[in-house]
Amino acid sequence: MSNSGWETVIGLEVHVQLATKTKIFSGASTTYGAEPNTQACAIDLAMPGTLPVLNKQAVHYAVMFGLAIDAEIGKESAFERKNYFYPDLPKGYQTTQLEKPIVGRGNVEIQMADGRTKNVRIHHAHLEEDAGKSLHEGDFRHGVSGIDLNRAGTPLIEIVSEPDMSNAEEAIAFAKKLHSIVTSIGICDGEMSQGSMRFDVNVSVRRTGTTELGTRTETKNLNSYKFMEEAIAKEVERQIDLIEDGGTVLQETRLYNGDTKVARSMRSKEEANDYRYFPCPDLLPVIVSDETIEELRRNLPELPDARQARFIEQYGLSAYDAAMIGSDAAMAAYFETATKESGNAKLAANWTMGELAARLNSEDLSINKSPVNAEQLGGLVARIADNSISGKMAKEVFEGMWAGEGSADEIIEARGLKQVSDSGALEQMVADVLAANQAMVDDYINTDEAKRKKKLGGFMGKIMQASKGQANPQQVNQILVQKLNELV
Amino acid sequence: MNIERQEIEKLATLARIAIDESTITEVAERLGSVLELVDQLQAADTSSLDGVSSGMQATQRLREDEVTEINQREALQATAPDTEEGLFLVPKVIE
Repeated sequence: MSNSGWETVIGLEVHVQLATKTKIFSGASTTYGAEPNTQACAIDLAMPGTLPVLNKQAVHYAVMFGLAIDAEIGKESAFERKNYFYPDLPKGYQTTQLEKPIVGRGNVEIQMADGRTKNVRIHHAHLEEDAGKSLHEGDFRHGVSGIDLNRAGTPLIEIVSEPDMSNAEEAIAFAKKLHSIVTSIGICDGEMSQGSMRFDVNVSVRRTGTTELGTRTETKNLNSYKFMEEAIAKEVERQIDLIEDGGTVLQETRLYNGDTKVARSMRSKEEANDYRYFPCPDLLPVIVSDETIEELRRNLPELPDARQARFIEQYGLSAYDAAMIGSDAAMAAYFETATKESGNAKLAANWTMGELAARLNSEDLSINKSPVNAEQLGGLVARIADNSISGKMAKEVFEGMWAGEGSADEIIEARGLKQVSDSGALEQMVADVLAANQAMVDDYINTDEAKRKKKLGGFMGKIMQASKGQANPQQVNQILVQKLNELV
Repeated sequence: MNIERQEIEKLATLARIAIDESTITEVAERLGSVLELVDQLQAADTSSLDGVSSGMQATQRLREDEVTEINQREALQATAPDTEEGLFLVPKVIE
């Protein structure tokens, strides 16, 4: 199938769980992974007679997001009820914002792999509560679902973009940028696998050159960039096929199952626009004072763009390295500590993005859960930088630190890994190996000068073996060439 | 104010309320008179006033982000029709 002749238009709605200790309207804990329904109090369960009281921190986090994207802040915002029936929504309505959201129009700049940048407009962002979870698989009797309401009432901001993205790459760059912003300002833990950020993707297609938007579909609840990419590709293809075959796209909500790779239409929870929104009589208008906004602005943590620029300026990182490390708040903090500890930013960056990131990735760990902390990695980098150990030994030391054997220095000491850089000792070592391998030396001398370089490997192997891998390879190479040339 | 029969049926479906076939006309009339009242309110000229979200001249109080509710699952599930392993059980729902 070819997409030529077609343009794709994408808008995103992003649900971000705010990193508050408690629910948006109750004092129940939001800690992830608790026993079912142990963090669902009478308010979350919509028991009669309960009243919501708004969490100040949730309001402040929402305002901080608004400040981070240079948006208008709703100094007076209000809550509405969005009515629908579903077992994971005990009240029969979701308390959300419609007419007066807390964050108005703003902008997010995204950067593509080729360095191209693009502005994505934010329509608004509003505060709302999350629903509980329905569990359909378990040991329940036939025909029953289990409901866990621990998540019910968890504060969310829903960020609604304008349809400013024209392919999956841009949509993912936008999603990653939002992730980077919310984690950098500390309003969300960013744990995608735990549903801390979820993406609804609105997709439509139109013939190239036309300006009218096509009918869009919404694919809900994608919680990884990979699934987003797959879901967009599938939906674009489906819509183009449909129209080219003479059909029309229906405005509908769809689901994409990342495990089975199957997309399907979702029976709508209610018919479109029938949520019968009305102002929530339990909640009064929310006023955010100018003083509060200014205080939050003053204390807003460093944003990813500023941090990346600083990494280039302060540490001399390449733009690519600065983007890789600087876009992730936790990785950025890790890198800065490792750099401080080692005094070598470039090496610290290489190890953070290389060995460490690869290992975390393969064990599916976030950097905050790394068995090797930033001080330890810094300690290792310091020993590489001062030539105490070779790159190869460093990997062994890293493995030791990962296994919990202690600091780099302790492991180097315990395993006798110190690299030999003492030139006297190295010269003796090289001389010994040459003396013991006269045949190889003769072979070297009898080889054409142009081809001699290839013969060096054999000597290097024997010398490194003799030194138990502890000789500084660069130095050995230098001494070896010098000594052999004296013999020619 | 006329409300069509179909609108009443749709509203009843959305609100999960069973309305007896024989009472639909009466319900339509009663809801219609509510809407007439709303029409009267709508007719008032409020162009010179700011909107209000609440009848009270007050603003939302905010609470500190501190855990105040402890686990009361046992008590809260005592009145639930059916539970298992801490979960509320409901007729199967699949979207």
